[in-house]
Amino acid sequence: MAQKTELPPAEQPAPAAKPRSKPATDVAGLGRGRAAAFVAPAMALIAVFLVFPALWTIYIGITNYRLTGVQAREPEVVGVDNYVRALGDPTFHNSLFLTLIFVLFSAVIGQNLLGFSLARSLSTLRPVLRRVVESLVLLAWIIPSSIVAFLWLALLDRDAGTLNVLLQTSGFAWLIEYPLVSIIIFNIWRGTAFSMLLYSAALASVPPSQLETARLVGASRWQTLRDVVFPHIRGHVLTNTLLISLWTFNDFTPFLITAGGPNDRTEILPVYIYNTAISGGQMGYGAAVSLIMLLINLIIALFYIRLLRERK
Amino acid sequence: MRRTVRLIAVTTGLALAATGCLGGTSEEQTDTERGAEATEVTLTIAANAVSGGKNAEEADWIENYVIPEFVAAQEAEGVDVTVEFQSSGVDDEDYKSKIALDLRTGSGADIVSLDGIWVGEFAEAGYILPLTEVVGDTVEEWDGWEQIPDAVQANMSFNDERYGVPAGSDGRVLFYNKELFAQAGLPEDWQPTSWTEILDAARALQGIDGVTPIQLNAGTAMGEATTMQGVLPLLVGTGERIYDEDGGTWQGNTQNIRDVLGFYQTVYGEELGDPTLQQEAQGRDKSFAEFAAGTIGILMEGDYFWRSVIEPTQGVAPMANRDEVVGFTRLPAMEPGSGIEEQDFVSMSGGGGRVLNPATEFPQQAWELLTFMNSADATIELIGDGARLTQREDVNSEILADDPMLSFIAEEVVPLSAYRPGLAVYPQISVALQQATLDVVTGMPPEEAAAKYQQAVEAALGGADDIASD
Repeated sequence: MAQKTELPPAEQPAPAAKPRSKPATDVAGLGRGRAAAFVAPAMALIAVFLVFPALWTIYIGITNYRLTGVQAREPEVVGVDNYVRALGDPTFHNSLFLTLIFVLFSAVIGQNLLGFSLARSLSTLRPVLRRVVESLVLLAWIIPSSIVAFLWLALLDRDAGTLNVLLQTSGFAWLIEYPLVSIIIFNIWRGTAFSMLLYSAALASVPPSQLETARLVGASRWQTLRDVVFPHIRGHVLTNTLLISLWTFNDFTPFLITAGGPNDRTEILPVYIYNTAISGGQMGYGAAVSLIMLLINLIIALFYIRLLRERK
Repeated sequence: MRRTVRLIAVTTGLALAATGCLGGTSEEQTDTERGAEATEVTLTIAANAVSGGKNAEEADWIENYVIPEFVAAQEAEGVDVTVEFQSSGVDDEDYKSKIALDLRTGSGADIVSLDGIWVGEFAEAGYILPLTEVVGDTVEEWDGWEQIPDAVQANMSFNDERYGVPAGSDGRVLFYNKELFAQAGLPEDWQPTSWTEILDAARALQGIDGVTPIQLNAGTAMGEATTMQGVLPLLVGTGERIYDEDGGTWQGNTQNIRDVLGFYQTVYGEELGDPTLQQEAQGRDKSFAEFAAGTIGILMEGDYFWRSVIEPTQGVAPMANRDEVVGFTRLPAMEPGSGIEEQDFVSMSGGGGRVLNPATEFPQQAWELLTFMNSADATIELIGDGARLTQREDVNSEILADDPMLSFIAEEVVPLSAYRPGLAVYPQISVALQQATLDVVTGMPPEEAAAKYQQAVEAALGGADDIASD
């Protein structure tokens, strides 16, 4: 289509014109203008859907904007009031603390360890059995959240829940007595598939010859793991931990099971923001908390990236 | 690198320029006659009602009566109307967020159901407009207004302007299970005259195995149901409304609030009620199911419970033998004569209605549909065989005699009833009350919970000036 209007650079006949345009410095030989044109659509998308909403959030965060009422029509700029309020608010502290516990136990420890153990024990299983177990674990990961939430409510229900029937503890309200533990176990169950897949791939990269050598010199299982397997998959461990921590940190699914209750005992940050901004209508405050959450995300990411760099 | 910096700077500039428009809602269309001559019209009705689920009777009425009848009537006039029904069946708070976002972005249905207490904050936000501004003076000419009492019209009004057409009213009573009462040796025709007598009955019921004597809504998970079917009816029984219109003050940490929380403490401290149920995410639905299964003795609810929850055929938790087994009685004041206006019995009333979306493409046709929905014929059709206090007096007088529940509510309960203040800040006060009951249910002493509640009210009002406390 472009052939008629523009000749490829190589066939341009006039060398006299050359000195004016600098030679293309890029590998593809596109030149800056065309390179920019290629990138432009992507940049536009990023600007519209990422940069703009982020700036918008910063802007809302400095106002007293609400979902309804006078402040919805005429919000006022209140500066850093929302941030000051958040940092001094015990419900926010509670929420942040719950989130850290939730991430630490369900992602960093739970999903990591379970995913790794599954990957390692599956590698020695017969292929048929392995496929079956893998499919089951994967199923927990790919079923839509709303359905999963319903299944877990049915499992943990106080009166007719499956768990209570199995344990013969009818009338025990798991989600009221152990709300945080419940959603931690839920999230381990829900997200282990990813770690399992990643570690399965990572373990395949450990040279069998080294494992064999370790076996011959009489290394114990733990020593093999520490000195042979781990050095090979260290990067994978960090990448995996980074990804699952960030996902878990931002995960909203527990809301579908406990709605942040009872009495805010499972009100992790995403739920806290939803409850204050959408249900409570405090958009300005919610936006401020969102930004704080974004910063925490960045800190977690930087922390892991540093760890990765150190290794190199 | 410099290019990147420049790019970021440009994007930032653009974004900041665009952010200037937060707040001001989309340019309002002022021509009330727009689309009036159209021959092809599409209208949408939104309600928190869904066939086979929440408010099923309303959903079925819209789908099987309103839409076909209205379409046929318009067809006769040569207008090709398509009416769609946007049904929901979710918690009221979720429904509210949804329609607030719809209206904010200038989208959403043409006719929207709203709870009366949201009218103030929606109007202040500019999401809804007085009917005369959306439709014009034809609104005043509607003959239906004469049939709707002022107190009911007030449900859908704000600053003395009508924002919508109300859809009836209600009252709060105590429902009780006569079979359980007989088992506990309590009278079948129960008429408690004080809080103590309610507690005495509950203690008698406590002897029956597997029965929760009383369900008194508490906690934040039940949302407005805690306030409207729990705190507020009790509070008016102590002689105070949550908001004193004359003095312009809200109840803070007062003896009245502490009395109400004290009642909660007795109910849940003595395990006359089930504290765990109040904290469950689906607690209210479960309480309905338990009452229907005959394991709850006494339950405070609006007449909604009678006609939509335990209704034998269409209810969410149907009770086949409702008419024989379930009794209802007025809620007594704390002590005889201690209620507001020195009443012996008290109640709270509320009610929703339908508003027009200011962004509708066809204001005239939407108004026509709205009045059609509120005509006497349509209202009678909606009620069917059920019991419900409608917005229209002509309909009420026609069907009043037929139903004991309806006449009881209309004659004995509504005259005693108090209403919630139609102020935008009310929902925040309501949440503070819910939290206070939750604190008591989970073991905090009433005095402490009341002090904490006072702080929450101060935060909502931005100071302690308009708060009564002692």
